[in-house]
Amino acid sequence: MEPPQEVAEKHTCYHCGEDLKSEVIFLDEHEFCCEGCSVVYDLLKENDLCDYYAIDGSQGISPGNSFFDGKYDYLDLPEVTTKILEFTDGKLSCVNWHIPKMHCSSCIWLLEQLYRFNPAIRSSVVNFPEKKLRITFDSTKIKLSELAAVITRVGYEPYISLNDLEGKRIRQWNRIKLYKIGIAGFAFGNIMMLSFPEYFHLSSSSIDQDLRKTFSYMNVALSLPVLFYCAADFFKSAWNALKGKYMNIEAPIALALICIFLTSLYQIFTETGPGYLDSFAGAIFFMLVGRFFQDKTYAGIAFDRDYKSYFPIAVSVLNNGTETRTPITDLKKGDQLLVRNQELIPADAVLLSAEALIDYSFVSGEAEPLRRKKGDTIYAGGKQTGPSIELEVLREVSQSYLTQLWNNDTFGREKEDQNNTLAARINRYFSPTVLVIASLTFLFWYFINDNPETAFRAFTTCLLVACPCGLVFSSTFTNGNLVALFGKNRCYPKNSDAIERLSKIDTVVFDKTGTITKSSEVEIAFVGDDLSPEEMVIVKTIASQSSHPLSRVIVDFLSNVKASRRGLMGYQEVPGAGISCQWGGQEVRLGSAQWVGLQKTEAAAGSSQVFVSIDRQVPGYFLVKSKYRANLPLTISKLQSKGFDTYLLSGDKPTDQDFLAPVFGNKSNLLFEQKPEEKLQFIRHLQETEKKNVLMVGDGLNDAGALRQSNVGVAVSDDINNFSPSCDLILEGNRLALLPAYIKLAKAGQNIIKASFGISVVYNVFGLSLAIGGQLSPVIAAILMPVSLVTIVAFTTFTSSRAAARLLKN
Amino acid sequence: MTAIFVMLAASLSIAIAFLGAFIWSVRKGHYDDDYTPSVRILMDDKMPATKKKTT
Repeated sequence: MEPPQEVAEKHTCYHCGEDLKSEVIFLDEHEFCCEGCSVVYDLLKENDLCDYYAIDGSQGISPGNSFFDGKYDYLDLPEVTTKILEFTDGKLSCVNWHIPKMHCSSCIWLLEQLYRFNPAIRSSVVNFPEKKLRITFDSTKIKLSELAAVITRVGYEPYISLNDLEGKRIRQWNRIKLYKIGIAGFAFGNIMMLSFPEYFHLSSSSIDQDLRKTFSYMNVALSLPVLFYCAADFFKSAWNALKGKYMNIEAPIALALICIFLTSLYQIFTETGPGYLDSFAGAIFFMLVGRFFQDKTYAGIAFDRDYKSYFPIAVSVLNNGTETRTPITDLKKGDQLLVRNQELIPADAVLLSAEALIDYSFVSGEAEPLRRKKGDTIYAGGKQTGPSIELEVLREVSQSYLTQLWNNDTFGREKEDQNNTLAARINRYFSPTVLVIASLTFLFWYFINDNPETAFRAFTTCLLVACPCGLVFSSTFTNGNLVALFGKNRCYPKNSDAIERLSKIDTVVFDKTGTITKSSEVEIAFVGDDLSPEEMVIVKTIASQSSHPLSRVIVDFLSNVKASRRGLMGYQEVPGAGISCQWGGQEVRLGSAQWVGLQKTEAAAGSSQVFVSIDRQVPGYFLVKSKYRANLPLTISKLQSKGFDTYLLSGDKPTDQDFLAPVFGNKSNLLFEQKPEEKLQFIRHLQETEKKNVLMVGDGLNDAGALRQSNVGVAVSDDINNFSPSCDLILEGNRLALLPAYIKLAKAGQNIIKASFGISVVYNVFGLSLAIGGQLSPVIAAILMPVSLVTIVAFTTFTSSRAAARLLKN
Repeated sequence: MTAIFVMLAASLSIAIAFLGAFIWSVRKGHYDDDYTPSVRILMDDKMPATKKKTT
């Protein structure tokens, strides 16, 4: 059967720009894809805000259906309100909300016009890079929950997490860093100016001596805030590392800074020399600027969600039949909860309803929902699918099994050990080596040449000039730039460390379902007698009642058929069998062969049959086959030609072996009927007995364990928001063919880091040899250091961008 | 020579004034968001292009 062909042109929703598939809602000569979009349009029109569509076209956000009355009621609880409000004077209040859906200039415009929706909203200001909206409103005229509802109704649901409730501000822009840079720069400039006369050698006349003293003391005064305020982080970090009995990059820097400062004080107060306070302030200033840009690179790429982000904030607690929204942190043992469809179960609890279907895919990776009976214990982290259920809380949230499971120890596994990154390895040896060289130089000048002044100078310049910043920043900047470049190409690494591990990969293991087959796209055909247009309407109408994946597929397949809106009588859905209902006087059934009264027939694996029965007549069935990603053979052959071992792990029966064997080249590389634990074991076997670095490509659902075990776990996702904590990289499905290029780019990145290490080493050898000879003044050392840093940053940024342009061209 | 000391005081106070200005602007949130204002300035209060369409 072919779907009707009369579709003339593509229609898109006036609000959100989505293709119109099923029902079309007409309003003001515009077409909308759903009720939500048209409501938002109406709302905008009512408030004379239709300019929204003129800025960037149809960029609206469909509000979805997750909003229900009372969703934000918990915001009005006094203890929640005080934590969420940034500021209040009893009348004017201010909130700063994270709006994840903000994405274009239209969003900025609309969100800053909020005052037109409700006069109680005084102003709203967007911070786009942080996706924050700061709203000032009159809290006597509008409640916080109403405010949240206003924003949600236009499609921009604020994201309020448990972090907000605990009063912990998520990663606020650090102004202190700017203060420190400003003060260090101020001190550096002025000390430099006051030291100029010294550079040009003052004469020994008494006036000159007075000037020299004044200048020197002013320099000391200026350098004090630099030492105690601006450079405090270096000392703190070095001290913490020393307490932990290891040496980090800050240790030699801190030592050098103390040395210069003390030497300068000694020279100034004994009037034996001008000191090196200019270099001291300059070095700190340039290092702070370096760190600032480093942080900025990181800020854009951080996955700053922690496990608590997945918890809901408030749940419905039943109390003698009345429902109140209660913050999750206030849940007590014995509370009765109401959990709706698709809501997360916040705490370990006992089921009070007759039956529940719990989806644990996020925690265990198991895709199949688990059936639970009355009286069973339900662990936190599952999602209820189906009708609302009632639960009784067993343990409070903080003690929950889930909190432990998601604790950083479990997911921040050893493969992210910072000490094993290339930079850290080099650093471990670099800092002690520099210290040894500097000490030897000091001893040489002090005892053998008997020249204490040169000894001090050589010692400090050694420490300063050999600053390993160049080495450290080279990997930071290269990886940081690579993360950004990856992101531009729809591939999202969790952190720069993941890129470093990606570069070492030599084996690629694919999961089958959902990874190399598309979960969203299937091949579907109707087998049997053609359905009449009226029958198609019937099938679509009934199928759209069900949320079963197969029903969804059928609805999508019949996208050009209009669903009827008539009421359905006797609708019934039997899990594992099918759905039935009355259509006029006819009984219509959709489902398995048995469900429609036929003999059970075996469908080919990887495909399913959905039989249609209308008034006990079976015209035929829908054959739904999973479809392989079109770019799969190309990806595999590219990988193999580059020398990667490729494997396939599948939980299914080996029906597609004939198709897959030539693709993977070898039958022994195909493993079928693998359980999730077996997948994990297989990866471990490759890693431990064959010493392979394994990249696992999965969908993050039923292979979470294998993803975690692998050196790099890649989750292929057609929806980027589909985030699995066990993956290191999220790859958009249609970019799968670029996987070899990504690995190559990661390798190129490592080469770039090595090359910049080379530059850094050459510079260090050059600088150190001058410093050991005592021929380097600290000023030059302090200038050389940032110069080398800038060189390295320019080099890594330029070369990595070039490599990305070359490798990801196609 | 006292001129030098006077100038020293003058130059330092000017520098401190600028440092104060910098700290003030950071505190006022001047550097918090370096993207949104560039978009905001391009938006008119009323866009003539759509006025025809919507009214």
